Amino acid sequence: MTELMKKPAPTNQTAPLQTESQALGKAQATTDQIENHLIKVSDDFSFWYGKNQVLFDLNLAIPNRKVTALIGPSGCGKSTLLRCFNRMNDLIEGIHHTGDISISDQSIFDPSLEIISLRKKVGMVFQKYNPFPKSIYENVVFSLRVSGRTNKALLDETVERSLKRAALWDEVKNRLHESALGLSGGQMQRLCIARAVANEPEVILMDEPCSALDPIATGKIEDLIVELKENYTIVIVTHNMQQATRISDRTAFFYLGKLIEYSDTKTLFTNPSEKQTEDYVTGRFG
Amino acid sequence: MVWLTGMGLALGTVMVVYLLWVIFANGITVFWPKPVQLVQLKADSVFKIGQTNQIAGAITINREISDRDDGKREFQFFVGNKDSYGFMYKFIPQDDVKELSLPKNIMVAERLEYGNAIFFPVQLNLGTNKVVASGEPNFVAEIHRVVEECNARREKYTELEKKDIGRINNAIRKIDIRQKAISASNTEVEIQANASLTQELERLTKEKADWVVEYEGLASQAEALRLEQKKDTLTYRLATGEIKTQAIGEIVDIYQPNQFGLWDKIGFFVGHFWGFLTENPREANTEGGIFPAIFGTFVMTVLMSVAVMPFGVLAAIYLREYAKDGVFVRGVRIAVNNLAGVPSIVFGAFGVGFFIYLAGGTIDRLFFPDYVASKVPFFGTGGILWASLTLALMTVPVVVVATEEALASVPRAVREGALACGASKWQTIQRVVLPASAPGLLTGLILAMARGAGEVAPLMLVGVVKLAPELPIDTVPPFIHLDYKFMHLGFHIYDVGFQSPDSEAAKPMVFATTFLLILLVVVMNLAAILIRNHVKKKYSSSAF
Repeated sequence: MTELMKKPAPTNQTAPLQTESQALGKAQATTDQIENHLIKVSDDFSFWYGKNQVLFDLNLAIPNRKVTALIGPSGCGKSTLLRCFNRMNDLIEGIHHTGDISISDQSIFDPSLEIISLRKKVGMVFQKYNPFPKSIYENVVFSLRVSGRTNKALLDETVERSLKRAALWDEVKNRLHESALGLSGGQMQRLCIARAVANEPEVILMDEPCSALDPIATGKIEDLIVELKENYTIVIVTHNMQQATRISDRTAFFYLGKLIEYSDTKTLFTNPSEKQTEDYVTGRFG
Repeated sequence: MVWLTGMGLALGTVMVVYLLWVIFANGITVFWPKPVQLVQLKADSVFKIGQTNQIAGAITINREISDRDDGKREFQFFVGNKDSYGFMYKFIPQDDVKELSLPKNIMVAERLEYGNAIFFPVQLNLGTNKVVASGEPNFVAEIHRVVEECNARREKYTELEKKDIGRINNAIRKIDIRQKAISASNTEVEIQANASLTQELERLTKEKADWVVEYEGLASQAEALRLEQKKDTLTYRLATGEIKTQAIGEIVDIYQPNQFGLWDKIGFFVGHFWGFLTENPREANTEGGIFPAIFGTFVMTVLMSVAVMPFGVLAAIYLREYAKDGVFVRGVRIAVNNLAGVPSIVFGAFGVGFFIYLAGGTIDRLFFPDYVASKVPFFGTGGILWASLTLALMTVPVVVVATEEALASVPRAVREGALACGASKWQTIQRVVLPASAPGLLTGLILAMARGAGEVAPLMLVGVVKLAPELPIDTVPPFIHLDYKFMHLGFHIYDVGFQSPDSEAAKPMVFATTFLLILLVVVMNLAAILIRNHVKKKYSSSAF
């Protein structure tokens, strides 16, 4: 399955032949079951902002070292779910939930788990690139600095490794100590990815990482995401369905806070089992 | 609507420009030399001084007589020679003037006392036997030489009196305080019974005697120098005919304004402006420079900024980042905003009650018991520290509001980015939010400085004085004297303008000092703005 999905041609946006994809879908479904799942959302996970319930009875498992896309119309709760994985929603007052989410078989709601160590394990890239008002170097090593690392050699090495992983090293290696705010939008977003991988997380959450970028920068980030899944589990929220087909292995479709359909990407886009999914992916609403 | 709003802007601009122009023009012309007119009065004029019909003076005002509509003018002359006339300014209507002329040989002397003298020189008496008459070719050079000599000597004895004698006085004062403290807290009998106290008193008396010997040596040196100042004298004739003899030691500067060319005038202007900036005031602040006031204002503003920034920024961080929105926070916010509207004199009264009596009094009781016992307050009286803190308190709301705005303008995405990297809340604030909001913080500082530097009313209660030649930062250990009283430009304006015996003479000083106050505030703000621009460049927020 990996070989089949690994290099989706970015330009190949039209759905392949129905019969072929159906066959593929079945084959993948069986492989998935034996794969280990890194993130498990279980026990009918539900989530409320105050009295307003935004997620309903979710149960899904996200596979290790794959790209999983969360799609759905605005307000369907996909970003909320993504932000549950690193408990970013804790910043908002009046939230509560039922059910459980575990990463590597540890519940993220376990009171003994420090939220800071969770966030070191689960990196995040945001919709709008948000480099800190610091130098490129300091941006990358920020997570090490806040955990008290000061070893210069370690920091230097991390900067080089992270920037290389984020495919940014060659562009910035001569100006590491200049302000990060002087980079272009695409470069800033790749810097944010470098910043996220600097911590060696297990999971990288991406919340519409390309929505503020032009098509060329988007293409670069997409290539990068496909490369990153060698080492990391990636969960990406996207509004762009072509993007989901290009880069993701699994796709979950949400509607009004409910998980409507979750399967491997090809099946979901070419042979959805739910009417709502079909309407959405074919552009009839949303 | 465009016209209405445009008019508002135009009106505002015109008012500001006009204000600056009035201050600038009135302030700056003080230093520009004016020619001295010799006035021939008509025989029947009632404006004579004495019996003669001649007066010499520089025209300071030339205006229409206000209660007559015939276009007749009147002049105000600066006639100087207060020691002879009893006044320095005189109004004379145009009708009474027979003739105006500009005699080349008329001289103006700036003196330590009685202001300027305006006269025709007669002769220079060097010592008791040598005389240089005004007609001799080397007279002008000679008189300048003697004035220079006297100025150098004056500098010497001032230095002596200020530095060395000041040091001795300080030491003696400390001994006095200790002595007083001992005798105030012990009765005569107790002292006699206590061997260590008796010894200490004896030692103090001896030390004091040593100091006094040293003091007398220096004082006699200074006295000798002062005496020397009286050696050479200048004999001159006033326009009214009176002959006077003046010790050159009393003369600071001497010049012949009617012989000035343009470059002489510019040199005179620069020299006098520089003197105004760097010298100590003379004659109840109406003459000389205002350096102690400039310095005091500067030091106070800097101290205030140092005090207000951490205070205001921490409060704002709590309000914006930590406090949960509720009745309490809203109450605090309203209180802080209202604090900005409290009349400044209220803060002055608070400064007296809290800082001076309570804080200062407590510090004195705890750390300076000798001062308390001898009834000389150390921190328990007005000083530059309390003045700065009072103003810091007054400007806290400005900083809090500006900082809150700045913190609020840091994008949520940036904070989330830091948190997502595993930073704690405080790390996020300290490493990301504060640097990003630094320009806004500096804006708060600029506003606070602008408000604080110009404030006078509260300062009058907490440590500003009319004359304090001792600067709060100097070369005497411990170098920074937070307990000293100080001079302030704003108070100086008030003092010179409304508390001086000769309001006409003080008027130019008022404008010149005001001009400098504006200049100082502008310079300090510019410095802060430069820093802000630098920080902005460093941390400039991303734009699409």
